[in-house]
Amino acid sequence: MNSATANGTDVSRTKRLVILGAGLAGTMMANKLRKELDAERWEITIVDKDRDHYYQPGFLFIPFGIYEPDDVVRPKTDFLPDGVNVIWDEVQRVEPEENVVLLSNDRQLPYDVLIVATGTEPRPEETPGMKGDLWYKDIFDFYTFEGATALSKKLDQWEGGRLVISIAESIFKCPVAPLEFAFLADAYFTEKGMRDKVEILYVTPLPGAFTKPIATKFLSKLLEEKGVKVIPEFYLEHVDNDARKLVSYDEQEVPFDLLVTIPVNMGADFVGDSDMGDADDLNFVPTNKETLQAKQHQNVFVIGDATNVPTSKAGSVAHFMAEVLVQNVLDYVEGKPLSASFDGHANCFIETGFGKATLIDFNYDTEPLPGKYPAPFVGPMSLLKETRMNHMGKLAFKWIYWHMLLTGRELPVTNHMSFVGKQRPEEPPKPGTTNSAKRDGVTPVTARESESMEVVA
Amino acid sequence: MEATIAGTTIDVNDEGYLTDPSKWNEAVAEAIAAEEDIVLTDKHMEVIRYLREQQEKGEKLSVRRVGKSGIVSIKEFYDLFPGGPLKKSSRIAGIPKPVSCV
Ligand SMILES: Cc1cc2nc3c(=O)[nH]c(=O)nc-3n(C[C@H](O)[C@H](O)[C@H](O)COP(=O)(O)OP(=O)(O)OC[C@H]3O[C@@H](n4cnc5c(N)ncnc54)[C@H](O)[C@@H]3O)c2cc1C
Repeated sequence: MNSATANGTDVSRTKRLVILGAGLAGTMMANKLRKELDAERWEITIVDKDRDHYYQPGFLFIPFGIYEPDDVVRPKTDFLPDGVNVIWDEVQRVEPEENVVLLSNDRQLPYDVLIVATGTEPRPEETPGMKGDLWYKDIFDFYTFEGATALSKKLDQWEGGRLVISIAESIFKCPVAPLEFAFLADAYFTEKGMRDKVEILYVTPLPGAFTKPIATKFLSKLLEEKGVKVIPEFYLEHVDNDARKLVSYDEQEVPFDLLVTIPVNMGADFVGDSDMGDADDLNFVPTNKETLQAKQHQNVFVIGDATNVPTSKAGSVAHFMAEVLVQNVLDYVEGKPLSASFDGHANCFIETGFGKATLIDFNYDTEPLPGKYPAPFVGPMSLLKETRMNHMGKLAFKWIYWHMLLTGRELPVTNHMSFVGKQRPEEPPKPGTTNSAKRDGVTPVTARESESMEVVA
Repeated sequence: MEATIAGTTIDVNDEGYLTDPSKWNEAVAEAIAAEEDIVLTDKHMEVIRYLREQQEKGEKLSVRRVGKSGIVSIKEFYDLFPGGPLKKSSRIAGIPKPVSCV
């Protein structure tokens, strides 16, 4: 499957591995691969357009004053290892047939192996009227540093009314973040003594609060308890700034006083402009969902939010993918068949307000189920239950992110999803259940290890 | 489970989607459309053929994608299949119900 010349088995010259994007996934890959690849034979270069690394999960907490802006920004170079070249520039296009990346001013960056890790970002301009007169006055996003900090000032002064949380498109990163925003908003206004002055609506193109049935049931009940009204199957067409309302394609209308939007999320424009297969119209790279190799080109690999694989776009996913991708890149450069396979594993903390959180864990084949994580039966985290421990886990994640995750240090969680300790609601627990997905060489976590480091994203 | 659609017995799932897209034909489409109170026009059929082609290629289907197909705008798609355009058109097209993967 691999060709001997393209993949580096020819030792006559130093080979070039290029990583596009120094966000979470690209930084993890640079750290892991620099350790694994012989520096004499492999030069590693990473390209990014921005020098600041944002801890994006922290954006959720900024509007409510739980985190300050300083908590979530660090220079990217703090996390990149020695022995990796860094280029600060915006990728314009990739020419995969020529094995070259085009940067600004027609600068060319040739590669032998390419890793695309350019993520996804909100595009408010995709929806007519979203980025109009009310933008950052009464309409905010919290998926960017600017949006989250602007919204923090707004909430501080807001006197109440109709708060509408609106999701523009059905694929977006961290699909639980808007739910968490709703829960935290309920807690925030309650603690401020003004919950009775605020109506909270959750407007989504999906058929319900979430997509998978068991988690949807759990989350819908929680939304109801917190007085958040869900309007499903609302596919946003435009925002009417004058009348202050959302209008859907089938002409439903939802008026708002304050709109918090999850704009259309898209991959980098160069993906659409490069010949990397049918990137649909959201610029996600067609990727083999098991090997993480680009569908069209054997020497191109894709990781994190930039892929089109059918699982959540989340930091935890990028982390689980990184383990698989390191192995497959090493296999590839040695001319071996790709041996590691990604199972779609995702897990997400869901902040539910008042110092509690819940947690979900799922993969391509299995929807989120109740149980314990990461150590079966012991926890300490509870899946699909609201607990304080889950909340502590979510907060601890910031430290783990900055100090362990980015720099590629080993984390004490298994890569493939475990079924042990999980139960379908109607079934009793089955202590003897084996974990069919577990691979050789993965040490299962013990409760002791996991107590000090609850590692989920 | 089995259903009788347009005079033939066809396997469908519990939501009424064909389990085998190759069992589809225009008469089946018309019969399912009638259940949804839709009378198929050429425009409907163009959309349905497009969906079947995309599905066969293994592409992920979304309302947005149909809107960029050059056949209809999203708005026209909603007008043709009021309510849930992608769900309804997929059922009429004899392909599986589109799933969201988050
Ligand atoms: C509000 C919010 C809350 C979240 N909460 C959680 C959570 O609780 N748990 C969780 O697991 N995940 C969470 N996430 C998701 C998580 O942050 C992302 O999934 C993760 O960052 C993905 O990593 P990535 O490397 O694929 O993309 P990113 O980290 O976004 O990195 C992409 C990089 O590519 C660069 N880039 C893009 N285009 C170009 C170009 N043309 N040229 C050069 N460089 C380019 C960007 O500058 C960026 O540095 C959250 C996200 C948000 C926004």
